[in-house]
Amino acid sequence: MALALQTFATVKDAGAALKAAGARYLGGGTLVVRAANEGDVSISGFIRSTEPALSIIRISGGEVRIGASVTMAAVARHPDLATLAHAARAVGGPAIRNMASVGGNLFAPTPYGDFTVALLALDATVSTDDGELPIETFLAKRESNHAIVTAVGFTLPKEGGFRFLKVSRVKPKGISVLSIATVLEHAPDGTVSSARIALGCMADRPIRARAAEKALIGRELTSEGIAPALAVARDGTSPRTDPIASAWYRNEVLPVHLGRLLLA
Amino acid sequence: MAKVPVQFTLNGAEKAEFIDSGTTLLHALRDKIGDTSPKGGCHQGTCGACSVIIDGELRLSCLTLAETCNGATIATTTGLAEGGVLHPLQCAFLDAFATQCGFCTPGMIMAAKVLLDQTPNPSREDVVEALSGNICRCTGYEPIIQAVLSAARSNSQNAA
Amino acid sequence: MELRKSYFADQRKDDLHEIGQPRPRSDSPGHVTGKTAYFADRNFPGMLHLKMVRSPHHHARIRSIDTSEAEKHPGVVKVLTAKDVPHNVYTILILIQIGPEDETVLADGKVRWKGEAVVAVLAETERAAQEAAARVKVDYEVLPAVFDMDEALKPGAPIVNEYHGRNYYLYDSGECRKVRFGDVEAGFTGADHVLEQTYQSSPIEHAPTETTGCIVAPEGNGRFTCYTNTQAMFFTLDNASIILQMPGNKLHFVGGTVGGGFGGKVDVIVEPIAILGAKTTGRPVCFIYSREEEMQISSPRAAEKVVIKDGVMNDGRIVARKVTGYTDAGAYSRHSPYGAQKGAGHYPGPYTIPNVWIDTYCVYTNRTPSSAMRGFGVTIGDFALEVQMDKLARLIGMDPLEFRFINAYRDGDIKAHRQPTEGAALIECMQEASRAANWPVAEKFMAMSSYAKGV
Repeated sequence: MALALQTFATVKDAGAALKAAGARYLGGGTLVVRAANEGDVSISGFIRSTEPALSIIRISGGEVRIGASVTMAAVARHPDLATLAHAARAVGGPAIRNMASVGGNLFAPTPYGDFTVALLALDATVSTDDGELPIETFLAKRESNHAIVTAVGFTLPKEGGFRFLKVSRVKPKGISVLSIATVLEHAPDGTVSSARIALGCMADRPIRARAAEKALIGRELTSEGIAPALAVARDGTSPRTDPIASAWYRNEVLPVHLGRLLLA
Repeated sequence: MAKVPVQFTLNGAEKAEFIDSGTTLLHALRDKIGDTSPKGGCHQGTCGACSVIIDGELRLSCLTLAETCNGATIATTTGLAEGGVLHPLQCAFLDAFATQCGFCTPGMIMAAKVLLDQTPNPSREDVVEALSGNICRCTGYEPIIQAVLSAARSNSQNAA
Repeated sequence: MELRKSYFADQRKDDLHEIGQPRPRSDSPGHVTGKTAYFADRNFPGMLHLKMVRSPHHHARIRSIDTSEAEKHPGVVKVLTAKDVPHNVYTILILIQIGPEDETVLADGKVRWKGEAVVAVLAETERAAQEAAARVKVDYEVLPAVFDMDEALKPGAPIVNEYHGRNYYLYDSGECRKVRFGDVEAGFTGADHVLEQTYQSSPIEHAPTETTGCIVAPEGNGRFTCYTNTQAMFFTLDNASIILQMPGNKLHFVGGTVGGGFGGKVDVIVEPIAILGAKTTGRPVCFIYSREEEMQISSPRAAEKVVIKDGVMNDGRIVARKVTGYTDAGAYSRHSPYGAQKGAGHYPGPYTIPNVWIDTYCVYTNRTPSSAMRGFGVTIGDFALEVQMDKLARLIGMDPLEFRFINAYRDGDIKAHRQPTEGAALIECMQEASRAANWPVAEKFMAMSSYAKGV
């Protein structure tokens, strides 16, 4: 009847307890306690682990590993993660950012999960107590995931190589109409040599804009240069209609915002 | 139903209770301890009416399980006035007509307190950002923003 | 703050002491210290929590309700259905003889909007009530639904509410509230221009930070104390008395500070069923809307459609105005027949027009019942009227503010409702607005007065 919380010192023990029907892993609480408060009867109890590694940010040689329990606020204030601060601050208001965790954000349903959009553009690796997965693979199967996410890892992009945009109607804290993250690399002549573009709110979970990525290769970041990418930005999108925006509107404004981000 | 002990410092006083495991801090504060200054406006982390300060950080008590606060130091609006003397933020909210129905006020004041503790001379933009997780449906926000800016000014005058 | 005392100086003594002076709000010290008591800032030993099973359909017949599993669920104390409510069919405005009774406390045989209350579950904890509510089985036969007022008024449309038998409220004046003044068709014929425009609005939710709710405690003397955030204390007490068939002296209502209302807390929804729960269990009962219920279940401002047809002269005079207003009541009346009537009382706006025709309809659809919200029946009408005024001014190439001076009502003018205008101050407000907004108008308008013409 009551939704008891079980706390374990190790991820391993928590993982074993999580196998019980209806048990849900408690990160920052902003998703799972909310669901319980709202009467989600599929939840039977909370499981968490206090293993210290979950709360650690480790950076060495440009390789970043962020523990799953690290909060958005901790990412935003970390001196070596200044590139990502903007994306971490896009999540919620100040109180939410003090609670919401990097691991939890991977599970946030559309229209939430803005930080995961950034992680997808960074082509992060998701570590769980059951091994490691590329983030795209992880996201595709996240509903059936029964492992505990322990960390995300990625290579820090080159200076200026990461861009992030959250579009919302209410500022500064609004829910996303959509969000976009890009990681671009350039050839010596200034043209784009590699591109990863991730989109939030353009499907039921963050997705890559593969057609647009391909269309950017070898192009300059000018209105003319990005035009082919914008023309195919909607390839493969299937946005939801929700109280924030209609699917039609999201598709309609996506190329406009992608264009602004690429030309910024 | 299994009871679990919780113990924390609330507004300077030691509190210890047995609660049902899984109880939110909001319910523990309001229903067990009797501090009803945090309000339940949405129970989903959207309105900020339940905001409290845990170990110096703004948190939402509706999404925080009480037993995760063992050993913590918690502050609510109830403990803000010292010896019957209102805190500068409370005075500023009074003077600026920053309350109407009052339901969002304790949460707003907590959000503002954390801001002023960390940023004694905030810009207007800082204030708007700091209050962005707290919804007010009456005032239109402007009197609240002015109150926080005015409290910051009176703080710095006192310090000078 | 500056009081411009030159206006109407001869109509009052200059002896204002409070007006124009800033005074601290008496309730603010409680707000800033967290000491203000709202209804939910109470906790009673043994208090039960009420959760509602709601209709997932916009329009459906209820074939059967099975509460057996819910009743057996651990922590459940009582499950209430329509048969438990002494006077289940009610309407709020019956207190002022506006019927018929058309709404059920708990659905009986039919649901008419998505979210309608069907079964009330009372349990030891919120969680147990939620779990048990999920175990109530309701067998529905889904019926065709209508969501649009135009569709609802067409012949052959599904009948939303059998207590009315037609998809509009039948006033004593017929299918709508009517105002007839002068000869509006002759006015159009003689006008230099005729402009007809349609304006529409969506429902608007008040979204107070404190959700609707109440706590009911049975007292030792057979009375029930109801702590509530209603904005309509005695209205709620009297309706609860009817619904529960319980004398008013058995009901003690305690109000207090409301955590935001804006008109959204004038319906009688949570109190009667919570009192019934307390009566049948002998325990205190708490029924508070979740945020989702506040947004989806509590009455919004009605959607409206307003058709305005005006005849206007090149010199700026409006010579005829025909308004047809439609108020979307949703599935039940609540305050909407009154809202539509207010519209009829408000049109044609604060303007003196010699030929006026007004029809306002209160229409039933399978949408969330609408009700009161800040100037309901008038606010959307004003939006429509003032946009129309701007369009008319543009049509004849006149400054929109000067156009309003020409048509503004003044003391002594006979309004479309055949009442002489008294105490008008529109001219003076517009003069002040002209200064404040730095929107100059011709000197002759600045010299006008609301006093009877020629004075």
